[in-house]
Amino acid sequence: MTDPAPAIELQGISKSFGPVQANKDISLRVMPGTIHGIIGENGAGKSTLMSILYGFYAADKGDIWIKGEKRQIPDSQAAIKAGIGMVFQHFKLVQNFTVLENVILGAEDGGLLRPSLAKARGVLKSLAEEYELSVDPDMQVQHLSVGHQQRVEILKALYRQADILILDEPTGVLTPAEADHLFRILDNLRAEGKTIILITHKLREIMEITDTVSVMRRGEMTATVKTAQTTPEELAELMVGRKVLLRVDKAPAQPKGAALEVRDLRHVDTSGVERLRGVSFDLHAGEVLGIAGVAGNGQSELLEVLGGYADATGSVTLNGSALPLSGAGCDGMARRAAGIGHVPEDRQSEGLIMPYSAWENSVFGYHRDPMWQSGLLMKNAAIREDAAGKMERFDVRPPNPDLAAKNFSGGNQQKIVLAREIERNPDVLLIGQPTRGVDIGAIEFIHQQIVRLRDAGKAILLVSVELDEIFALSDRIGVMFDGRLMGIRDAAAADQRELGLLMAGVGEDEGQDPMAAAEAAERERERREATHG
Amino acid sequence: MDKLPPWADAVLVPLISLLLAAALSALVILGIGENPVEAFRLMVEGALLRSAGWGYTLYYATNFIFTGLAVSVAFHARLFNIGGEGQATLGGLGVAIVCLYLPWPHWTLAMLGASVAAALFGAAWAFIPAYLQAKRGSHIVITTIMFNFIAAALLNYLLVNVMKPAGQQDPATDIFPAATHLPTFQDMFATEANPLFRGAPGNVTFFLAIAACVAIWALIWRTRLGYEIRALGHSESAARYAGISPVKTIVVAMLISGGLAGLMGVNTAMGEAERLVMNATEGAGFIGIAVALMGRNHPVGVFLAAILFGFLYQGGAELALWTNIPRELIVVIQALVILFTGALDNAVRMPLARVFAMRRKPAE
Repeated sequence: MTDPAPAIELQGISKSFGPVQANKDISLRVMPGTIHGIIGENGAGKSTLMSILYGFYAADKGDIWIKGEKRQIPDSQAAIKAGIGMVFQHFKLVQNFTVLENVILGAEDGGLLRPSLAKARGVLKSLAEEYELSVDPDMQVQHLSVGHQQRVEILKALYRQADILILDEPTGVLTPAEADHLFRILDNLRAEGKTIILITHKLREIMEITDTVSVMRRGEMTATVKTAQTTPEELAELMVGRKVLLRVDKAPAQPKGAALEVRDLRHVDTSGVERLRGVSFDLHAGEVLGIAGVAGNGQSELLEVLGGYADATGSVTLNGSALPLSGAGCDGMARRAAGIGHVPEDRQSEGLIMPYSAWENSVFGYHRDPMWQSGLLMKNAAIREDAAGKMERFDVRPPNPDLAAKNFSGGNQQKIVLAREIERNPDVLLIGQPTRGVDIGAIEFIHQQIVRLRDAGKAILLVSVELDEIFALSDRIGVMFDGRLMGIRDAAAADQRELGLLMAGVGEDEGQDPMAAAEAAERERERREATHG
Repeated sequence: MDKLPPWADAVLVPLISLLLAAALSALVILGIGENPVEAFRLMVEGALLRSAGWGYTLYYATNFIFTGLAVSVAFHARLFNIGGEGQATLGGLGVAIVCLYLPWPHWTLAMLGASVAAALFGAAWAFIPAYLQAKRGSHIVITTIMFNFIAAALLNYLLVNVMKPAGQQDPATDIFPAATHLPTFQDMFATEANPLFRGAPGNVTFFLAIAACVAIWALIWRTRLGYEIRALGHSESAARYAGISPVKTIVVAMLISGGLAGLMGVNTAMGEAERLVMNATEGAGFIGIAVALMGRNHPVGVFLAAILFGFLYQGGAELALWTNIPRELIVVIQALVILFTGALDNAVRMPLARVFAMRRKPAE
């Protein structure tokens, strides 16, 4: 029996942008009915390769074969015709259209919408049953959770009869439960004979779901292996080009007195919803306190309140003196002056001014410090010189302080923020999602910096939706659910199952498995979104 | 998207836009049966080849520098201040009050006092829209437009009912006292042998405008306040994270913007008319938007664009004087320049970026 023709075969694809060669002579075969992972650091050329396959870029060289047929793919229409669907990292949905309207957009059957909508409703219903892809077809997209919006993107592709689906970093925006659900969907699609290409930089996902995996580094395909025959360590090494420590090496914590005492913290957002409902904890000098939880349960608000730019009631005491929680003296600059550094969850919209150069960003939030002023003017030359030093110590690449923040990769942007906050030597450091969208080499470095700061006797509050990260770094772990802190455990004694329950808002006495608990949490969150949205 | 090298962005794009606007204007002039080459020669001769022409060109340019800077300062905070017209009107009012009702021993002191008053009045007029935007979220485009009308009506009322000398038909104030008259270029540079700038309104305020360019450059790129204004303009959420108060920064940026627009009153009321007349701003507040756009919100760019628009104003007046080309056509030409340099920026930029990308590729 001969093998079936590969669903996708790329031969010798090359593409360069100016002097940068994004893809170098890449060949790839993906068999039908499999999930093929493509893994690589940011800038390795994964997205370029997929953009060529989807018709956004023309390759400089090379051939594309789809299901045994040689194809030219000059634009995305041609890709759709060839049966390729793509789910982008940032969704391409019309926010104020319903799910149905989004699905038929660009695939209407005629000038009148009604027949298309009716047809789409039927198709969606059968797809929902077949693949666990249920979404309310009449709901406006803006009221859907991120996970559901992603389902709409998948439905759009399937409605256009795609049998090859490309997903670009699909779990970057998802909660763990949503990611699990997505993987079940992908499993079902594979069972139906669809071919899936999964682009990611998360090794765990590759190991969990793919059949084969290709590793890209600096525009080249460095290896293609069967997933069952490889290990995360081997893949990481192939990605980065050197041995990578996947676990954080750290000595036991030496906690001292409480640096930050938080009591009965409450915060109501602009739409009147209480996002923090009486949070109390102590954060000790010399420890990392990890805050786990499904995104949207008050972690972001906790960071904003402690960082000084969201009002709250209750009390926060830093080394014995109370901090104002609203009004004058409650802003980011005052907090920094008091000794609280803050690496925000979203470096692009908060931590950095993207068009500002690295040196301008290197003092952002500290720019009123008298050390950077001379009379009316800022000491730009001194700031620039200082930034160059920070960039060298934090291994920011390229080490060019004049480059705008937006021109650095995610990991290097994060290092710029970290350098700024850590080098001020704060007593307390708030860190949100330190490695979101950061490549593996940089993750290792960032984790080491956090542990180093802890060992220097600083208090660190770590908020992350990545449970692995929470476990890797924390000395104690708290779980937030619905604006409350569900309990704090010693990291050594905590297990994933118990935390899963807490994340779902379930106490220890009720027996329930973590999977179901996470599902319950997701349902709960959606319910809340629906009522408040 | 391939990006243009900075020099092409700053020089080539506006230049090509200008050429396109000129070409289209030439077609229009051809269309009404006139000779575009002759028209262009007249404009250049009238605005640039005689010193009196320069005197007019620089007079207009002074107005546009102030209003252009006003728009660009606000724009750095991502505020679209199109109330330059009203703020300049109020600035003129401030100048008139200071000149008419306070005794001044010498023009230098009078100019200082009038400048302060003009800036304060302009800033005050910008304060209300700024406050409404910062505190209430009322869109600044809408409020500043409305404030233009209110300013015009207010000036109208004051001139007709309060400030007009008794018995005068003309809705204007009395002539300012002689001690407040500013030296024109003619006063400063003309000699017996060489009667430069004869009769032209260009005056010492032009140097104030240049000083304003330098000050604004330093403010935006060298001070803490400029750093915060730009930061807020790029990202409000980041500004909040850093502890920069959006409300305070919006209000301060608009006060500076309004003050700059107000300073235009020194040039028109004190430097040229030597009294306050109705509609003294002559649309310079709106031209400031085009000047800021074309000047890429940078003081050097604003300066150059203001000179260009000064040339268009003066050259246009010459055309109307010497040819059968109607005055309205001058407005068409000015509009085409605004259209190409402002609104159709990408129509030039994107093809140009492609050309550069193609040139780069064979190079490696």
